[in-house]
Amino acid sequence: MENAEVEILVVDDSMDDANLTIRSLKKNNVVNHLFHVKDGAEALDFIFAKGIYSSRANATKPKLILLDLKMPKINGIEVLEKIKANAETRTIPVVILTSSQEDPDIQKCYKLGANSYITKPVDFEGFSKAIKEVGFYWMVLNRSNISV
Amino acid sequence: MLFKDLPIQKKLMGVIILISGIVLLVTCTSFFAYEVFTFRQTTTRQLSTLGEIIAANSTAALAFDDQDNANEILAALKAEQHITAASIYDQQGKLFSQYPATISAGEFSSTPGKDGYRFENSYLIGFQPVMQGDKRLGTLYLKSDMNAMYERLQLYSCITILVIIVSFLLAYTLSRIFQKRISQPILALAETAQAISERQDYSVRATKVSNDELGSLTDAFNQMLVQIQKQNLEIVSFNQQLEQKVMERTNELEVSNKELESFTYSVSHDLRAPLRAVHSYSKILEEDYIEKLDDEGKQTIKVILRNSKKMGELIDDLLAFSRLGRKEVNSKDIHMDSLVRGVTNEFLSSTSENNNNVEMKIQTMPAASGDQALIKQVWVNLVSNAFKYSSKREKTVIEIGSYPKGDQNVYYVKDNGVGFDMQYYDKLFGVFQRLHSQEDFEGTGVGLAITQRIVQKHHGEIWAESKLNAGATFYFSLQAIR
Repeated sequence: MENAEVEILVVDDSMDDANLTIRSLKKNNVVNHLFHVKDGAEALDFIFAKGIYSSRANATKPKLILLDLKMPKINGIEVLEKIKANAETRTIPVVILTSSQEDPDIQKCYKLGANSYITKPVDFEGFSKAIKEVGFYWMVLNRSNISV
Repeated sequence: MLFKDLPIQKKLMGVIILISGIVLLVTCTSFFAYEVFTFRQTTTRQLSTLGEIIAANSTAALAFDDQDNANEILAALKAEQHITAASIYDQQGKLFSQYPATISAGEFSSTPGKDGYRFENSYLIGFQPVMQGDKRLGTLYLKSDMNAMYERLQLYSCITILVIIVSFLLAYTLSRIFQKRISQPILALAETAQAISERQDYSVRATKVSNDELGSLTDAFNQMLVQIQKQNLEIVSFNQQLEQKVMERTNELEVSNKELESFTYSVSHDLRAPLRAVHSYSKILEEDYIEKLDDEGKQTIKVILRNSKKMGELIDDLLAFSRLGRKEVNSKDIHMDSLVRGVTNEFLSSTSENNNNVEMKIQTMPAASGDQALIKQVWVNLVSNAFKYSSKREKTVIEIGSYPKGDQNVYYVKDNGVGFDMQYYDKLFGVFQRLHSQEDFEGTGVGLAITQRIVQKHHGEIWAESKLNAGATFYFSLQAIR
C-alpha cells in the first residue's frame, strides 16, 4: 500500500476485524488503496501528517475513514472530534464502524458530526455485505468534495 | 339548646339563680302561708272577743225583749267596718234584731246555726250564745268579711315580689362574679387545650391553679403533653433513620444498576467482537478452502457457522431483555386498530413467499393506554409467533380481537397452529425456555419473556390457552381509556 495515495483509512485495534473489513472491500473491488492503523493516536498522526507520518504532509486526504470506537490510547470519539474540529479534515466522510449499538454512543457520534454509524454484524455475510454497501456508497455513489 | 351543651358559666349561673329562686319561693310561700294562718286565727279571736262582748251587752235587751236596745247595740258594730252583718236570735231561734238595718231579712238564716266561729265561703261567721248565768237567752250572729286579710296579703304579695326581684338581681350579679372563681380555671384549661391542638405546639403546658379535681385534670393533661412530645421526637427520629436507610438502599441500588449497565455494555461490545471473528473466519474457511475439505469437514464448518450465528442472536436477545428492564414506560393513548393492522401488514408483506393461504380476521378494537413502541413489540411477538407456529398448516388462520374486563381491555391473538401442551404452561414465559425444538420451530425462547415483561410493566396480565395441535390463544390486558 502506498502511503501517499490512500483512499480508505481503516482505524481498528482488532487485527481480525480489520482483516475482514479489508478483505470485504478488496473482494468487492471497491477500492485498491487502503491503509490500516491500529489505534487513535496513529490515526491522528496519519491524518494530520505528524510523527511517523510526517512525510504525508502534502498527500491527499483519504476519501473515507472507517472508524472503530473502542480503541486503546486515544479512542474513536476523540479521533472523530479532532477530525471534525479541523477545517481541512472536517469534510472527510467518517463512517463509525463499531460493535456497540448502545444509544448514548450513537448520540455522541452524531453530535460530533459523524456521517454514518454502522454496527458490525456478528455473522460474516452480514458483515461483508455491510462493508460492501458502505464502501460502494461512499466511494462510488456519493459525490465527495475532493477533486481527484 | 340542651342544658348540657350550654357554656359552663351559663350553667353555673343558671344553677345558682335557679336554686336562689326556689329557696326564695319556698321561703316566701311559707311566710305567706304562715301569715294567712295567723291572720285567720287573729281575726277569729278578734271576732269572738267582739262577739262575747256584744253578747254580754245584749243580755238585757233579750231578757226584757227590748228590740230597740238590741238594734242600738248592734248598730255600734258600725265601728268595725269589716262586720258586714250581724243579728240576734231570741230564745226560740227567731230573728230578733239585725244589723245593718237596711238589708233584707233573707240575708240571715231563719234559725241560728251551730255555735262557734268558722269560715264559710269567704266570710268569717260566728254564732255566739247569749248567756245569763246558765240560762241561754239567745244567739248572736256575726259575719265579717276578710278584706282586711286580703289587703294585708296584697301588701305582702307586693313586698314578696319586690324582694324576689331584688334577690334575683342580687343573685345574678353575685353569681356572675363568683362563678368566675370556678369557671375561669376551667375555661383557661379548655383554651390552652384548644390552642395546643390548633397550633400543634406540644411544648406548651397548662398552669395549675388549684389542688382540686381541676388541678388533677391539669396535671394529667400536662403529662399527656409530655408523652406526646416524647413520642413525636421518637417518630421524627425513626423517620430520619428510615430516610437514612432508604437513601442508603437507593444508593446501593443505583450502584447495582450502574454495574448492570456497564455489564450490559461490556456484553454488547466485548462478546460480539470475538464471536464475529469466529463466525467470519469460519465463513472465509468455507468460501476459500471448501474444496480441500471432505464431507465431514464441510459439515463441521456448517455446524460452527450455525452455532456462532445462533450465539449472536442469543446475545442480542439477552441484551434486548435486559435493556427492557431499564426502560421507562411512556404511557399515552394507543390506537390499537391502526397499530395492529400495521404490524400484520408488515408480516403479510414480509412472508409473501408463504402467503399461499393466510386468513387474518381482525376485529375493531378499542384504544388503550400504554407505551406505543413497547406495545408494538408485544403485537410483533405475538403475531410472529402465531405465524411461525401455524406455518406447517395448509391454511394459516389468525384471529385478533378484544373484549372488555372491568376497567381494562383484554386483547387476544388466536392461531390454528401446533399449539402447546398446557402441562408445561409455567415454562411458557420463561427466559430461553422453549416448548419446541430448534428443528421444528426456530427461536431463542426470549420473545414471550420480553412480551410478559412489557405487559407487566403496564400493570396488565398475560396468559394463554392451548390444545396440542388445535392452535393457541394468547391474551393480554391493558388499561382501557374511558
